[in-house]
Amino acid sequence: MTMMTTLRRAATLGAVALATVGLAGEAWAQKTRLTVYTAIENEQLEPFKKAFEADNPNIEIAWVRDSTGVMTAKLIAEKDNPRADVVWGLAASSLGQMASMGMIEPYTPAGSQRLKPIFKSGKNPETWVGMDAFLAVVCFNTAEADKNKKPKPASWADLVKPEYKDSIVMPNPASSGTGYLTVAGWLTIMGEEAGWKFMDALHQNVSQYLHSGSAPCVQAAKGERLIGIGFDMRGASEKTKGAPIDLIVPKEGLGWEMEATAIVKGTKNLDAAKKLADWSASRKANELYGKYYAIVADPEVKSMPANYPADGERLMAKVDVDWMAKNRDRILAEWTKRYDGKSAPKAR
Amino acid sequence: MNGAGEVPMSYLEVRNLSKRFGDFVALGDISLDIVEGEFVCFLGPSGCGKTTLLRAIAGLDPQTSGTIHQKGRDVSALPPAQRDFGIVFQSYALFPNLTVADNVGYGLVSRRDKKAAIAARVTELLGLVGLLDSGAKYPAQLSGGQQQRVALARALATAPGLLLLDEPLSALDARVRVRLRHEIKALQRRLGVTTIMVTHDQEEALTMADRIVVMNHGAIEQVGTPQEIYRRPATAFVADFVGSMNFLSGKLAAPDTVEIAGRAFRCAAQDGLAPGSAVRLCIRPEDVRVRDLPADVANRVAVEVTELDFVGAFCRATLKLREADDVALTADFSSNLIRDLGVELGRKLDIALPPDRLRVFAA
Amino acid sequence: MTLAVSDRRPPLRVGLSRDDLTMRLGVVLLALVLLLIVGLPLWALLAKGFEDRDGKFVWFANYAAYFSTPALFDSALNSFKVAAVTTLVVVPLSFLYAYALTRAVLPLRWLFQGISLIPIFAPSLLPGLALIYLFGNQGFFKGLLGGPIYGFDGIVIAQIFYCFPHATLILVTALSTADARLYEAADALGASKLRVFFTVTLPGAKYGLISAALVVFTLVITDFGIAKVIGGNFNVLATDVYKQVIGQQNFSMGAVVGMVLLAPAALAFVVDRLVQRKQVALLTARAVPLVPKPKLGRDLFFTAFCSLVSVGILAILGMAAWGSLIKYWPYNLTLTLGNYEFTNFDASGWDSYFNSLRMALGAAIVGTALTFVGAWLNEKTKGFGLMRGVVQFLAFLPMAVPGLVLGLGYIFFFNAPNNPLNFIYATMAILVVNTVAHFYTVGHLTATTALKQIDPEFESVSASLKVPIWRTFGRVTAPICLPAILDVAIYMFVNAMTTVSSVIFLYAPDTKLASVAAVNIEEAGTTAAAAALCIVIVITSAAVKALHVLADRFLLGRLQAWRRR
Repeated sequence: MTMMTTLRRAATLGAVALATVGLAGEAWAQKTRLTVYTAIENEQLEPFKKAFEADNPNIEIAWVRDSTGVMTAKLIAEKDNPRADVVWGLAASSLGQMASMGMIEPYTPAGSQRLKPIFKSGKNPETWVGMDAFLAVVCFNTAEADKNKKPKPASWADLVKPEYKDSIVMPNPASSGTGYLTVAGWLTIMGEEAGWKFMDALHQNVSQYLHSGSAPCVQAAKGERLIGIGFDMRGASEKTKGAPIDLIVPKEGLGWEMEATAIVKGTKNLDAAKKLADWSASRKANELYGKYYAIVADPEVKSMPANYPADGERLMAKVDVDWMAKNRDRILAEWTKRYDGKSAPKAR
Repeated sequence: MNGAGEVPMSYLEVRNLSKRFGDFVALGDISLDIVEGEFVCFLGPSGCGKTTLLRAIAGLDPQTSGTIHQKGRDVSALPPAQRDFGIVFQSYALFPNLTVADNVGYGLVSRRDKKAAIAARVTELLGLVGLLDSGAKYPAQLSGGQQQRVALARALATAPGLLLLDEPLSALDARVRVRLRHEIKALQRRLGVTTIMVTHDQEEALTMADRIVVMNHGAIEQVGTPQEIYRRPATAFVADFVGSMNFLSGKLAAPDTVEIAGRAFRCAAQDGLAPGSAVRLCIRPEDVRVRDLPADVANRVAVEVTELDFVGAFCRATLKLREADDVALTADFSSNLIRDLGVELGRKLDIALPPDRLRVFAA
Repeated sequence: MTLAVSDRRPPLRVGLSRDDLTMRLGVVLLALVLLLIVGLPLWALLAKGFEDRDGKFVWFANYAAYFSTPALFDSALNSFKVAAVTTLVVVPLSFLYAYALTRAVLPLRWLFQGISLIPIFAPSLLPGLALIYLFGNQGFFKGLLGGPIYGFDGIVIAQIFYCFPHATLILVTALSTADARLYEAADALGASKLRVFFTVTLPGAKYGLISAALVVFTLVITDFGIAKVIGGNFNVLATDVYKQVIGQQNFSMGAVVGMVLLAPAALAFVVDRLVQRKQVALLTARAVPLVPKPKLGRDLFFTAFCSLVSVGILAILGMAAWGSLIKYWPYNLTLTLGNYEFTNFDASGWDSYFNSLRMALGAAIVGTALTFVGAWLNEKTKGFGLMRGVVQFLAFLPMAVPGLVLGLGYIFFFNAPNNPLNFIYATMAILVVNTVAHFYTVGHLTATTALKQIDPEFESVSASLKVPIWRTFGRVTAPICLPAILDVAIYMFVNAMTTVSSVIFLYAPDTKLASVAAVNIEEAGTTAAAAALCIVIVITSAAVKALHVLADRFLLGRLQAWRRR
């Protein structure tokens, strides 16, 4: 009967669909295909891939990209059977966490000696090597400020002034790495006691803690908020697109984090992975990073992408990455107790 | 009481069949024999277990214990597909997306019969149920009675040894029901197929069945021909359920005498009942005699007509005993009789309760 | 009676026919499949709730830790509040809308029905974005709400949009099975309109109302997409999972919250099961369908009401559509089609859209076949209660599980080195399987409902005619259920087009999906392009649905001639 044939055909179709889908992954032939997990920005994927492949014609990069949180969760969840060959462009803290779980293949890339020491794991061989640093800056919407006659802040201390009541957004450190590095930065610069006091005061002006590091500057760029504390590069790119925002580096100094590269332990393409790690530490690569970030690992590469805040590197807090990792649970618990639990009534 | 010894060779032999749902006993130790070619009705009120018994025989809802033999073969533990029967449900369960012809031929296709042979058989069956022109129609385009006949043809298509009908007529209106009774009975007689029909309609059972199995509370009350069931109900339940019956409470004064309100009535000798025990004396309304009573007629009583209900062909009269105010019974009087005797409300009459028509049950 | 004797007899062991054996084997296989795609992956994650971060077994230590933080009660209370308020708004709203569709004479009824479905076609990002355009601090109607859209109000409004079609679908079904004879009887008795409504209409739709309420409640409790975009710092259980898993990679705590999340949803489904069981007896085969007669006052009222609701839905959709065409919100409102050049915003460009299409098609085919055959096996197998119970439980589970939890569970289970099935990891196949599993419950329920509505004696008749049961499935059961089968297929398709939370962990280099890309694009700040991708998804799903309606009307009309009298 027609129905049976239809069902049978449907079943075949389904099987074929599944099979083609499965085979699609095998479509590479002689080239080594490197599965690279990353959290770099969408617009960087193509240039990075092209530049590397131009120098390494026998290697092909297959990206898996998502936000830092999703990628880190995915990498750790895949621990027992890693699918990535290389991680190129993920927060160093995430890679540090993976290294402590034994998930990283230690390797010191050729030429990494000349990179700034702070951009290296400090292990021998290295577990990860940094690429560029990103900062938690203040994105300030000038259009809204003009409209509402709000002064431009210059420091963290300015942000706790009553005139900014309910006009600040920042990432929730419990949901976002950028949020955590911001908080850790304050605690480093100001010391624990003063740091928490500052946050108590800031809390009065924060209208929301958002779930991603990009969102605060995006919201500031779109005038949803006057001020967003968040990921610098996102602010710069919004400004480039025409958003009326200024990126401010508060003069007390600020928290930061870097993107780094590491080889995943158990990769079946170790040679190719090492080639990528080498390339990632190269001058050429650093010049590429410099197109997007002001602070890169190579001391010789001087760059200043459009709309980037000056002074960033000078004001980077002396954050101890190990301290950040060790104290994360404690700090988040304290933060959650102070601000997150209380945030509900504020929403109305 | 189930008549196992009376029949020479039974086609279907049910022994000690029980069916329980948890603590509830749906069928208790049923034994029954059905002869080949017989038309048997399971009759009883709803919930009496008649459908349960039918479904156990089909294997659709197997019994908890007990055995069933069909034509000498033990089918007790066989799934329905390995038994030999055709079935018609109350809902007909016609496949709505198949034509009438496809419905009737449904069981034939799976037997890998030749196409032409199947077509011929379908035509034959449609002819048998008088639906030759409707083969290309869908069930929804037929009347209820026609759908019923399609279901019958489908059940008969594979020439099963046993035909099971589960309340096949109850969804139809009265006129169609009466016509189909005769059609089904005639078809069954023509094909000689052993048939069991479940019904709660006593009239249906009486007109169609060769034998009736009256059931109540998961047990068989009586098995017998329609005449036996009607004339000699074995229990008070059967007496009450089949046809109309008067129940008069009294006491067994002697083995052949029942005393009601101080008056003695003669009846057949009751062996099973102890003298002095409370009993109920039964008589059907149509058995009450009133015309041409001989002077020495037995069980003569003087009554008064207190109600008169016109029921069409006859009238049902309620008669109060003049000697005892609180005893009343009903009697059916033909229109002729009413006219001849001038029966009307308040009319005083003499009636007789013929001893051979009286039944006595323990109270 | 001689029951005492028969009691001692050993109970009869009934032989199994070939059909029975095949069916039981099928149920066992189905249980295995469900165990593989639902049970074990879930357990792979939930078991982490009993381990510390290094994988050491710690009994209930994580639970103790979690329950001793006051945040839990805040989140749980917030979740409950949002779910309760949404339910209290959506159910009456949907009821009136469904009532209008079934009991009033509306002009352009099909249009109103179509509009009510739109929210189902949209990724949950869409209402979030549109609401920010409408009521955000730069929105057109920012003063209207009297408060910020971020937080409780925003979540509730977006959830109302998102849940409205689900409730309406259920209530339309409930109201269209009414028996006209009841109304005639009430009329004949001279009952007032109000009394008829309260004594006939409401009780008739009682079960529909209860299921609608439970479905809405569960949807709201488990959804995190809306809370994430527009929730601000209004914490709910679903965002707690997000914080633990994505924010801190703390799978143990994520598992604990996931388990807590199962509780209210599971409870909702127990209630649903109890209620549904009673409903069967309520439907009668001989009901006379109710056909509404024109009545000016009522029809005008309901036309106005439906128009109002439709305008609300279209406003949200339209806002997103308009937002997808502007250059830079809110400072440069020039129109451009540039936002549809997805290659500029996401490396996978339009590929992700075609991946989504392939995935949705696969999920529709595999999901429909599995849920329908599965429901059939479970419904028609005789006896075998325990195994069928297992299947029923596994089929109900996915509805109560947040996608995030299921997605991570899939990594743990399907990526395990000793799992022979790990070859499907990082392929399109795992996305299809995951999506089918994620949306299994509704498919299963729809198929089961359809199967319950057909005569249970079909299989008995087949058995008596010695026709194998699968042939009756192919020739009778499946064709009769074709409308329900298509409904399930459409449901799987549109959900596969919009799903994010579970598949975000599972896509590979070549299998990125449009719904995930939209979230990525939105995170990167390109709201307009994210809106554009959402609009493309809505148009695709709406087109598929329109195709379904056309097919239903013309093609199936011919195939299903038997339905006509």
